[in-house]
Amino acid sequence: MRFKLKKTYMEDIKLFPDKIDMAWYGLLLIILSIFPLVAGHYWIYNLTLSGIYCIVALGLNILTGFTGQISLGHAAFFAIGAYSVGYLTTTLGWSYWIALPLAGISAAASGLVVAVPALRLSGLYLAIATMGFGFIMEQVIVQWKSVTGGANGLLINRPSISSWSLSSDGAYYYLVIVMVAVFVLLTKNLTRSPAGRAFVAVRDSEVAAQTMGIPLARVKVQAFAISAFYTGIAGGLFAPLINFIGPDNFTIAESINFIVMIIVGGLGSIHGSIFGAVFITLLSEFIRVSKDFIPAFLREQVGFQTAVYGLVLMQFILFEPMGIYGRWLKLKYLFQVFPLYRKDTFRRVRRFQRSERTR
Amino acid sequence: MFWQLAISGMALGCVYALIALGFVLIFKATEVINFAQGEFMMLGAFVAFSLLNYGHLPFWMSVLLTLFIMAGFGAVLDRVVMRYLVGEPVFSMVMFTIGLSIFLRSVAGMIWSTDTYTLELPYGNAIVRIGTVVLSGGDLLVVGATALLVALLFLFFRFTDLGIAMQATSQNQFATYLMGINVERVFSITWALSALVAAVAGILLAPILFLHKDMGFIGLKAFPAAVLGGFGSVPGAIVGGLIIGVSENLAGGFLPLWVKDIFAYIVLIAVLVIRPEGIFGIEEKKKV
Repeated sequence: MRFKLKKTYMEDIKLFPDKIDMAWYGLLLIILSIFPLVAGHYWIYNLTLSGIYCIVALGLNILTGFTGQISLGHAAFFAIGAYSVGYLTTTLGWSYWIALPLAGISAAASGLVVAVPALRLSGLYLAIATMGFGFIMEQVIVQWKSVTGGANGLLINRPSISSWSLSSDGAYYYLVIVMVAVFVLLTKNLTRSPAGRAFVAVRDSEVAAQTMGIPLARVKVQAFAISAFYTGIAGGLFAPLINFIGPDNFTIAESINFIVMIIVGGLGSIHGSIFGAVFITLLSEFIRVSKDFIPAFLREQVGFQTAVYGLVLMQFILFEPMGIYGRWLKLKYLFQVFPLYRKDTFRRVRRFQRSERTR
Repeated sequence: MFWQLAISGMALGCVYALIALGFVLIFKATEVINFAQGEFMMLGAFVAFSLLNYGHLPFWMSVLLTLFIMAGFGAVLDRVVMRYLVGEPVFSMVMFTIGLSIFLRSVAGMIWSTDTYTLELPYGNAIVRIGTVVLSGGDLLVVGATALLVALLFLFFRFTDLGIAMQATSQNQFATYLMGINVERVFSITWALSALVAAVAGILLAPILFLHKDMGFIGLKAFPAAVLGGFGSVPGAIVGGLIIGVSENLAGGFLPLWVKDIFAYIVLIAVLVIRPEGIFGIEEKKKV
């Protein structure tokens, strides 16, 4: 059994616990950077898409996993990011490198607007209110034709850095991977900082957080704005990737998809966001690969993939609410304490009538 | 014009009210929030449709049989999965039932394909004129059936032992348990009742709107209705549903048509900002 003795607080919040860890992440970075040289276009595209969803999942995890505020309307922020880039580059002809930060900022600004009424709500009410916001935004996209192109959508070209065009899938992949790395680092630093600790405190107990001197309202608004910023940037990366955006890309199903990612990956963890986003984006691929093992009458069905998707979500909530990352942690713990692991180590205690009506 | 829109909105409002009633019942008894209520409604409508068209049963017989089947479905669902979610955080329950709704929708798509069907109600094409207002028989039937169902539910909750046991469970599960009431059985019965109400809503909605695997999305509009009435209040769900149905139809008539689709959510956000506890809700104090 390996036991790490930490002597100072700074040691506890170090970016990498030890050199072995650092080596693993270095290896991952190397694999990711040589990936486009060996893989086909199809896989590069899929991994790029997963990368974009990783940023969304990180953002949503800050709001939902760390701060404990549900949002069923994140596709709206995603849309704001995507359409900001679309409008600024295609219609106004601005540079993508100015439009991308503006996409994040405009999403964050709308996050602030949403956060103010959301302050009074929690749990179920917040879920329904953000869902309503998502529906309203969907309708705004269809109706605001001068900016969004309405139901006809918008065409967006891939950007270039001076003369080097990012229009190939491989080149765009590198842009997205760099952005993912930046945002992972940003999130890691956020969770190590007082702001991130305040988020977690608010999630665990609002009353306790308040007694420790945390301004509840300000922290929640911050969480909303930061989360919306991430999602807006992801939207700004998404639009040039698929070249064409329309209202269909930003429905409630997309918002649900984002939440499913962080549930499947693991709520309140950075690893979890990445695992979940990659897993859900590649789920259809997994199904395609495993088709040989599925009886023919099932795999030919139209709704088979969505049925599996719904089942995966339900199974995770019933059997592994901590997601893939939680399972990984348990596995790691099993090996660390090897003969001492007991079945009940991670047992969930069921509490009846833990009512949130009076929270 | 005004009255015409108001009264035809009332028919849709009744359906919203019934769906909202369905999840208020479950929420009060078990504190589970059922986002799949709209899919229950869709299943109910499809079962009735199948019995009618493939089973060649008479209308009233197939409706009764549908109610039985759906009540059984609700009870089994509770016994098999939902019971294990009691006491979980709101977030897990919301996402679980969303997963359930996705699953049920795609299974319905497998069974009944993605075509749009029509379900005819008896007297659906009859026309009644009151002054300048023209009413269809279908709308009147919807309003009448809803009124009847609500009256029956009222009598059930007020005068039967089981109804009173259900009320007690919704107030305090633990105390109810100590009084010798089988709380788990009450949960199952609540789910059965809620699925039954949803089936009625589906059978009533299918003729006014359409019969399709995605018709459950209408169920999401019942959330504004329930919130407007005060979540967890049975009369609130009905009043909220009617208000949403009528005001939505009026908005569609007097404002640009696209406002109609999102009007319920605009009302919802306004209610949550101004008075989050709704019309009939009681403001609850925070406990540490």
